[in-house]
Parts: sequence; structure tokens; C-alpha cells
Amino acid sequence: MKRSFMITDIFITPFIEYEFMRRALVGSIALAISGAPLGVFLILRRMSLAGDALSHAILPGAAVGYLIAGLSLPAMTIGGLIAGLIIAFATGLAARFTTLREDASLAAFYLVSLSLGVTLVSMRGSNIDLLHILFGSVVGLDNPGLSMLVGVSTFTLVCLALFYRAFVVDTLDPIFLRQITRISEIVPFLFLTLVVLNLVAGFHALGTLMAVGLIMLPAAAARLWSFQLVVALPLAAAFAVFSAYVGLVFSNETGAPTGPAIILVAGICYFVSLFFGRAGGILRLRRPRSHLEG
Amino acid sequence: MGQFLLGAYLNHPNKIRRGIELVNLTLGYERRPAVHHLSGAISPGMALAVCGPNGAGKSTLLKALAGLLRPIGGRIDYGSGDPRAIAYLPQLIEIDRSFPIDVKDFIALGALRRIGLFGGLTAREYDSVEQAIQRVGLSGLERRPIATLSGGQMQRVLFARLIMQDEPVILLDEPFGAIDEATTEHLLSLIAHWCAEGRIVITVLHDLELARRVFAQTLLLARHCIAWGPTQEVLTTENLQKARAMSEAYDSDARECLLDEAIVHDH
Repeated sequence: MKRSFMITDIFITPFIEYEFMRRALVGSIALAISGAPLGVFLILRRMSLAGDALSHAILPGAAVGYLIAGLSLPAMTIGGLIAGLIIAFATGLAARFTTLREDASLAAFYLVSLSLGVTLVSMRGSNIDLLHILFGSVVGLDNPGLSMLVGVSTFTLVCLALFYRAFVVDTLDPIFLRQITRISEIVPFLFLTLVVLNLVAGFHALGTLMAVGLIMLPAAAARLWSFQLVVALPLAAAFAVFSAYVGLVFSNETGAPTGPAIILVAGICYFVSLFFGRAGGILRLRRPRSHLEG
Repeated sequence: MGQFLLGAYLNHPNKIRRGIELVNLTLGYERRPAVHHLSGAISPGMALAVCGPNGAGKSTLLKALAGLLRPIGGRIDYGSGDPRAIAYLPQLIEIDRSFPIDVKDFIALGALRRIGLFGGLTAREYDSVEQAIQRVGLSGLERRPIATLSGGQMQRVLFARLIMQDEPVILLDEPFGAIDEATTEHLLSLIAHWCAEGRIVITVLHDLELARRVFAQTLLLARHCIAWGPTQEVLTTENLQKARAMSEAYDSDARECLLDEAIVHDH
């Protein structure tokens, strides 16, 4: 009797008692549900590191917003959004019209962007401000921040549902997409825009460096469990939601910062999948299931 | 077999009765032409083989016909037809074979130009997916991920998608590259069937025997048109030697071509 009381104490009571915990939970779940499916597409497009690069690219925009308006969410968000979109589009254009491939252009742009961002922040802020931008704080979510997270999440899911087929074909066979539709040119840009939106929404809650973790890690884990996209996408979202919840509980219990706690749980999901995943895990190699007839 | 597709086609007779005309067409990348001043007509129901040495511009020609490469000079005249009504199977298959999609869903993508990116797959389209799978002999593999298919099976899948696309013009770039004989024969019968339906099928081929056996018309290309006409008259020893000599003769620092408006004369 006492034991079960203690379990609810850890897993449920904090969310009942503290409003900031409820906000943090809703915000991170919103981000988890929309970000993780995007991560699956990033992996399929062989752009796993692009999310990382773009998250760095957001920094100077956020820094400019910070320099203009101080620690104001709208200013830093809009700044980050603009910077992220500029880098994403510039990369796309450079890849299309120069001989450099997309990854090389992206690397070049984000490195410049990141160094510009750090320079801007250090010109006027203290290190604590920089830490806030880099690692965020989900327990400090206010109303506008929460609305933005939920809004971005909803918008992303609607776009994913509408353009699901376009994203699939563009990843699977881009030449074919060019033959069947006029909008083939904008599909990659739309996709990158969604990624940037989620990163920007996430950077306030989790920080620029951690937001990408909630997008990529659950997605990588989900890919290890299923060969079917219709399974992998919701599974990734489920892993991400689980990570967000357990991460918050862990952070509440131990006092660890929330962003890294959530990403660490996602990391554990990934490592477990790496071993036990039915669609590509390590253990699958050791004991093959009996082969099928014919 | 194929009655369904033929039936579907007879509903759109206009779609099928159209030829393609190449008018003094010059194609290339970065000003360097890969195909020089090519002129000719392709009529409905024609099976045209495009042969020639490596680097002769065969794939470039197909890319341009598919609308993926803008001509440097001249033009491609699609008559009254829709220039996008073309099914194109590229050579270096830029398809990500590890993508988690199964055979049936992949083949169903062929219907996309009809139903649009946002439309649903109608029951009728669904039936034609089933028929396309049967036509290429992949029954039973509907739910297999494409990652697990062999090269020949994958080529059958791609042909099934061409069937689904149901376009009046079909462009195939070396479709029999690494395919065994049985599969090749099977796919060749599909090509013959397409031509009987009045479609244009343009195929880049390396295997001259195959061209002689199956394709009525051949274009022998070595950047310039060496010969274009009935296959037996085109694939002569003399012409083939000419093609080989021609492709070897090109030097690396070519000067600006002054031949632009002039008609190509014999080299």
C-alpha cells in the first residue's frame, strides 16, 4: 500500500501539484509528437546531421533577437526562425545551382552562422544568457511559449498529413516527383521549413542544442523497430512522448536540468532499440528467426 | 492480358494519336553539347531503339524528352499533347531502395499524376495496381518491402509502375542492364504490347541483337545522328564503325559551334 503511494508520488503528484510541471509536460509532448516524425523523414533523406546543423544555424537569429529585445521570447523566436529559414533556403539553392552537394553547403553555412551567433551573444550578454539559449528551460514555459509550441506542433502535423505523399515520393524517387507534379521544387523547402519551425519552437523549451535530440533520437529508435513507415512515424512520436514524460519526472526527482534529462531518456530508448530492435537491431543478427518457406 | 489497360486507353483516343518531332535539337550541359542538331519524327506506336557508344548522348536525349533538361538549341515538338504525359525510367535508378515501402504501394505511385498528390486511390485504380502486378509476374510479392527485392524483381516493379502511369510516351534508359534473360523477355513482351496499343516507346539499348530482334526503328547516335530509320538499315557494320570513330574523334577543347542554324551535313 505504501509502495504504490510512493510510485504515484513520483510519477503523478508533481504534475498535479505544480502548474509549471503541467505546462512543461504539455509543451514537450507537443514538440515530441510533431518533431519525431520529421526526424524519421530526416533519417530517410540521409539528413540526420542536417537537423543538428540547422539547430546551430538558428543561434545568430536568436542572438540578434536577444540583442534587440533582451530575453524576449517573440523576438528571439522570430530571429531564430528567420536565421534558420535563410540557412535552409540558402543551402537548398546552393546545392541546386552550384557543384557543391547539399551537405557541404549546409556545413559551410551553419558553421558561419554558429560562430556569428556566439560572437553576437558574447558581445553583449553574460555566459548565463548563453547557457539559457543553448539549453533552454522547459519548466519556465509561459503562456505565449506554450501556445507557440502547440501551434507549431499542430501546423506541422497538418502539413505532414497533407503533404505526406509528396514527402514520401520526394525522399524515395525525386525524379519521379518532378515528372508528376509542378510543386516538386517546393517540397524539400517545405520540409526544411517544418524542421526549422520545430527547432525554433523547441529551442525555448529544450535549448537549441537539445531540441534536435527530441527530433532525431526517437526517430532513430523507431526505425530500428519497423520496416513500415506507417508504423515508424507514430512509434517515433510515442518514444518521444515517453522520453519527455520520463525525463521530466527524472529531472523533478534529481534536480537535473530538464532538457538534457529528456534527451538522455530518448538516448536510452535509442540504445535499447539498437540492441533489441526487430528491424535492424544488433541481437537480430545473433539469433535469426527460422527462415520462411519459399 | 492487358485488355483492361487497352480498354482504358480507347477512352482517350486523342491521348494516343500524337507523335514527337525533334527539330534541330541540341542538348548538353554547361554549353558543352552532348547531342548535336538532331532532327526527326517519332510516330505513335513506334518502338524506337537508341543505340550508340558510351557518351553518345543517349541518356541526355531521353532526359530532354522527359522534360528534365532544357535544350540548348532547337526544340522538341510534342504536337497537341501534354509534354508531361510521359513515363520515364532513368538509368541510374535514383531510387532509394532502402526506403520502407512495399511493392504494392510503390507501384500505386504510378497513379499519382492522375489522382494528384492529395487525391485518394479509387477502387478502380486499386484494381489496376493488382493487374499491373500480375502483368509483370510479381503476384504474391505485393507486401514485400522493395529493399528485399532482387535486381530483376525491382525492374519488374518499375515496369509495373510504368503500366500504372499509363502514358502515351514511355522512355526507358537501358532497362535490361543487369537483368536475366527470362525477365528481359518478359519485359520485352510488355514493350511490344505498349506499341501495339499505339504508344511511343523509346529505349536506350546497348545490346544490338536485342534492337535488331525487337525494335522496328533505331536511332544510332554518336553526339550527331549517324543514322535513323528501320533497324536493319541503321545497324550496319559501316554505320557502327562510323559511330565508334565519331565518338573517339571528339577533342576535349571544343570550339564554339558555328553550325547553329545550318542543317547537319554528313561528316
